[in-house]
Amino acid sequence: MDRQPDRVRCDACPVMCYINPGRAGACDRYANDGGKLVRVDPHVIIQRTLDRGEAPVEFAAAGEWDGDILRRQDAPHFPFVTAIGAGTTYPDYKPAPFIVGAAIDGVDTVTVVTEGIFSYCGVKVKIDTDRHLGPERNLVRAEGEPVGHVTTGEYGSQMLSLGGVHHLTGSGKKTGKITCETLLALSNGKPVELAVDDGATLIVQANAAPVINGVREDRMRVGCGSATIGMFARQWYGLADEVVVVDDHITGVLSEHQAGKLLGAEATGIRIRGRRSTPGRYFEVAEPGTGWGGTDIDDPLAIVEGFDPKIARAGARLLMVSTTGEHAAYYELDDTLTPRECEMPAALRRTVDLIKENCEPALATVLFMGGAGGSLRAGVTENPVRLTQSVRRSLTRVTCGGAPVYLWPGGGITFMVDVSLLPENAFGSVPTPALVAPIEFTMSRADYAALGGHMDSLRPISEILARQERSGQEADGT
Amino acid sequence: MTRSRLSVSYLAEGRRLHLGDGPIDLVIEANGEAEMIAVAHDAAIVRAATILDELCAELPLLRSASTGGITANSVVARRMQRAVARHARTIFITPMAAVAGSVAEEVLAAMCGAARLDRAWVNNGGDIALHLAEGASLTIGMVDRPDRPSLFGTIAIAAGDRVRGIATSGWRGRSFSLGIADAVSVLAVDAASADAAATAIANAVDLPGHSAIRRAAANTLDPQSDLGDRAVTVAVGHLALAEVARALDSGEERARDLADTGAIVAAAIHLQGVTRIVGGAAWQPIITEDDPSCRPNFLASPSASS
Repeated sequence: MDRQPDRVRCDACPVMCYINPGRAGACDRYANDGGKLVRVDPHVIIQRTLDRGEAPVEFAAAGEWDGDILRRQDAPHFPFVTAIGAGTTYPDYKPAPFIVGAAIDGVDTVTVVTEGIFSYCGVKVKIDTDRHLGPERNLVRAEGEPVGHVTTGEYGSQMLSLGGVHHLTGSGKKTGKITCETLLALSNGKPVELAVDDGATLIVQANAAPVINGVREDRMRVGCGSATIGMFARQWYGLADEVVVVDDHITGVLSEHQAGKLLGAEATGIRIRGRRSTPGRYFEVAEPGTGWGGTDIDDPLAIVEGFDPKIARAGARLLMVSTTGEHAAYYELDDTLTPRECEMPAALRRTVDLIKENCEPALATVLFMGGAGGSLRAGVTENPVRLTQSVRRSLTRVTCGGAPVYLWPGGGITFMVDVSLLPENAFGSVPTPALVAPIEFTMSRADYAALGGHMDSLRPISEILARQERSGQEADGT
Repeated sequence: MTRSRLSVSYLAEGRRLHLGDGPIDLVIEANGEAEMIAVAHDAAIVRAATILDELCAELPLLRSASTGGITANSVVARRMQRAVARHARTIFITPMAAVAGSVAEEVLAAMCGAARLDRAWVNNGGDIALHLAEGASLTIGMVDRPDRPSLFGTIAIAAGDRVRGIATSGWRGRSFSLGIADAVSVLAVDAASADAAATAIANAVDLPGHSAIRRAAANTLDPQSDLGDRAVTVAVGHLALAEVARALDSGEERARDLADTGAIVAAAIHLQGVTRIVGGAAWQPIITEDDPSCRPNFLASPSASS
């Protein structure tokens, strides 16, 4: 081939295309932009009239935005261009790759679309489980490399904080690489295996049940055993003389519990193993495990030492149930005050079902957190700080792959986004190592001009959409 | 082991496998027992990982005009040569005209060789290879505009039909076309044959010398194009209905020849809102309100949603 001044040769795959200026290679993914090789994955166009069940992005309620631009955007047929696949022009003194203008009901709206390179980024992982994953502050490792740590626990959940600039670029090449791969996989909704120092091994994946030491978590418990007594005491009263809610944390006993006392429940003489805390609440009734209520027991009577013959009476009705309702058994005391398992009355069965119904599925959830720095902002405007100010004043809306973000108060544009709201494979990485995430700034055309926007680079949305046309067919396999 | 370039992911619903390597972009679904599906997916990943390297080793040969011979080394390249051989007798064609279908077929074959499946398909950017066990059937939805996806037609294919390959070609698509068809979709006994035939029929839909058609030498757009300095279509202006009919006539003639010799089972040819069907008991148009702003150009929804 002749060498022409502006032709580039792409080495992304063995086809090794020579690409003319303004053209894409055989894959349509890499292109020659003024003599420079750029990535041009097709934009993911999210049109809210698509009701295909696959619609990957939910939009925030209109009320979250104090102008009316968003509401107008919510009109049917308005396509929202996301930054996924936009490529980036880092370092960002050049205008962002796509600056898209669209007139919506007469209001000119501007979406500045870019993919940001985030060296300052990480993920927060919330794992719905009561299991002990490891001591707070202990390192979390992937492939043996420290990628983060166990942080403060939250309601019904253990929390991991992974990534961040120190792991990405401050701890050696291998750690940085593994951290980047871990963040990328979690952000793109892929499963990752993690190990906590002096703790559990985990497989976590955004919006999927976590696997802890090889066991998949099913449901969050409705509350601890004591809380469960408090929640359902009224439903049980009159249907059973005694209810024991088996829980590895705090096992609850209805007749002794304040909730039972208030209802007028009488003592049943039951004696529970473990360490009594306050009335009706017992710690350490068994070892942690995968049996009833997160204990290691399969037979709930194992935690019942017996019944005080001075108090107990034959025929007393006993319900034993776990904090998730997954385990339940019904007993009546015989003449020797020994519990005999009987068929559970339908009315009690309904209370067990009610516990189940109130347990939410256990999930691992992943929030990506990143900060948009000075150079990225420069891709949007010639006066970067004005973008920050515009965001602060809610004149500019920030989204990540079309998904709503939470903007952390204070300096900079640091945001968090639920990765499950982004389309598939929305995140990428560069060898820095750093993550590449889509970020969009939406504002009125007038506001964009006012903050020093790259008005010359504005392109009508129809032009972007026209680039989407690709041939092919979709097989409907259902 | 060196890290493969192959990108492996699942589409949002978690059912369809998405594999990518350079220009190869596969969306794969397998139906059957869960274990079999997993085995089939693994087989697809293993097979897909090396195909591009195999093809690139023989790229100059595959980009040259077919002489009808089967001379390549790799199995996919030989399949490409075989698929275009019958067209080479009458027209200029290179094995690249069958590359997408041939790759889809190869990956499907790897899956079906490894696992017992009720049904499977491999969609390589619109060129689809099918597997249908006895009693199985598949409905393919047709989408006219990717920016406004709604089905305008469906094709139902049952195991008893001979069809195991579907392909679409046209100047609006990813590859260059010598003709002006918006899209030609072809059903054939295998994906490689469908791919080659769709290219040949789309090239035949033409109005040589018409002033509303803009063309450019292929190698001015892509220096390595297998079409060399042949004029490929870059824009088609508005055509009178009689002109549309004339262009479709020549495409239909090519399609009938191919159907008569068994090279294809059926074809649907689209040009500026007009559709011609050849051999078409299989086509079930859902059509259609007449919306002039929406000329069905047969582009699919972005099946390989990235």
